[in-house]
Amino acid sequence: MIDWLLTAPVLLPVLVAGLSLTVWRSPGAQRLLGVGALTAVLVDAVALLFLTDRRGPLVLDVGDWPAPAGITVVADRLSALLLTVALAVALAVLVFAVGQGSAEGRGTVQAPFHPSYLLLAAGVSLAFLAGDLFNLFVAFELMLAASYVLINLDADENRIRAGMTYTITSLLSSLLFLTAVGLIYGATGTVNLADLGNRVPDLPEGLRTVFSLLLLIVFGIKAAMVPLHFWLPDSYPTAPAPITAVLAALLTKVGLYAMVRTQTLLFPRTEPWTPLLVAAAVTLLVGVLGAVAQQDLNRLLSFVLVGHIGYMLFGLSLYSVTGLAGTVLYAVHHIAVQAALFLIAGLVVGWSGSAKLPRLARAAPPPGWLAGVFLIAALSLSGIPPLSGFVAKLVLLQAGAEQGGAAAFTLLAAALLTSLLTLYAMARVWRAVFATGSGRPPAVRPRGAGVRLMVGATVGSVLIGVLVAVGAGPVARVGERAARDLIERDAYQEAVLGPRSEDGAGAGNGTADVGTDADREEQENR
Amino acid sequence: MTTPDLTTAVVVGGLFAVGLHLLLQRSLTRLLFGFLVLGHGANLLVLLAAGPPGEPPITGEGQDPAAFADPLPQAMALTAIVITFGITVLLLAMVYRSWRLLGDDEVRDDVEDRRLGEETGRR
Repeated sequence: MIDWLLTAPVLLPVLVAGLSLTVWRSPGAQRLLGVGALTAVLVDAVALLFLTDRRGPLVLDVGDWPAPAGITVVADRLSALLLTVALAVALAVLVFAVGQGSAEGRGTVQAPFHPSYLLLAAGVSLAFLAGDLFNLFVAFELMLAASYVLINLDADENRIRAGMTYTITSLLSSLLFLTAVGLIYGATGTVNLADLGNRVPDLPEGLRTVFSLLLLIVFGIKAAMVPLHFWLPDSYPTAPAPITAVLAALLTKVGLYAMVRTQTLLFPRTEPWTPLLVAAAVTLLVGVLGAVAQQDLNRLLSFVLVGHIGYMLFGLSLYSVTGLAGTVLYAVHHIAVQAALFLIAGLVVGWSGSAKLPRLARAAPPPGWLAGVFLIAALSLSGIPPLSGFVAKLVLLQAGAEQGGAAAFTLLAAALLTSLLTLYAMARVWRAVFATGSGRPPAVRPRGAGVRLMVGATVGSVLIGVLVAVGAGPVARVGERAARDLIERDAYQEAVLGPRSEDGAGAGNGTADVGTDADREEQENR
Repeated sequence: MTTPDLTTAVVVGGLFAVGLHLLLQRSLTRLLFGFLVLGHGANLLVLLAAGPPGEPPITGEGQDPAAFADPLPQAMALTAIVITFGITVLLLAMVYRSWRLLGDDEVRDDVEDRRLGEETGRR
């Protein structure tokens, strides 16, 4: 049973993607298959979250080959939590795309859209569940190949130009990743993450630094960490709204997850890591200042996305339980809120025909209730209490204050300034899009089933963010436990490598329980 | 830790240098070749990580496990080659589409960058 739970998030979307290709003549069937598969996988992810939170990491050796040599699929609290939120948002965005006509479909687009979307979901799931570096690489490739198709779907001149930048940057980072995998295997003789956690600390100091920086750069490109972010504001805004939303919400977070996983597991530290600390501060400021300067709604949101990656790097760079808990919470909140903002932008641009803020200021404003939805998402992003962004930011600020020292306080100041500037950027959007001024035509009154679906999906995405805030207590506790697992690596390693009973498949789970519970007790005794 | 032989190491280094140089060109066709060469370099590097060649590990012909070649990097390189191959075809299609739409295969300046550049020039 556990085996199925662990493999379903990857296998089900891949199989349904194949099925979806065979029924490409009937868009209705494709939609049904896509939404059905993602719903099933989401239920599975929720089950995984409950199981991992109660029993510790779940492990499956694919094909019964034991851990360091074979392929391992692992779910712990962090991956299950991110998987759940990511799939929930992916489902909401798919519903939006269906409402919009499967990503602005004019017949030719629909056939490849649904299979690519499902493969993207499969890639994201595999990235969260992969237990070794090489499978992480395969997951990235699966996800990126699907995203190349999505971003270049039915491309006109502008979009193919932007799509090329995206594709080539991603390809370069993939090849760097493969190089890193080869070098790390050459140095240690394993690619299994848990096994690497034991072997990397024995390597010479210089080699460890090189590997750590190489992986930071590879995942930094994916996560759009400044100065490796240049491709993102060029390529995302040109794609249709649902595609931008899903790429912005998921792909950068997968890069971030890979960064968190590899840095904490392979290169354990006890004090803040200065290069990442600097990168976090620069990311925060460059991203949000870029956002303030933009005239285009989608480009503005893309720069905001870049800036807010800085918050998650901030938590990681501190290497404390509170800091990592902040990173986890911020990622959870940001997946939902950023997707919601891009979906709202999609609705607005769809109704007024332009994404330029000055032109939007003269067009008919969107209906009032959409303004309300935008307000919740925008205030949450800026970290206004009691919304989800505030909860995550509070934990991060606590972590920075706990740490103390000039570097942490500089970063704190940068984080607060970024919050203020985000609020300013959001206020600019509000003034241009939603404010009722004199001389503006009356608000649009859109109708139709498609619009209802699109609005429902947008509201759903915002609601996921609100749920994070409503359930702040439990979510924060899960986030903190996930962060503790990251610092105390033994549970993860024991679950993957630990001694197993003789009866074969799925037996790893039994030992995993003992490992985590013992660990937690030890933690509490300290 | 495995120590690679000098010839292969030099070949990998050469492939990386040529590949990166081609990737920095403005013509999309050269860019595609750059990706191909760089991909070969990376795949060869993964293979190189296996260490010295040895007996076939699966058939059991060689009796001494220490003489076996390490099969894991070979499996990984094979997977990576297939991925590189698939992406190459996709890239080729994109280059073709770009050529059809734009009339040439040059990488253009970004529109937004050019707009900002013009604005600062005017001030």
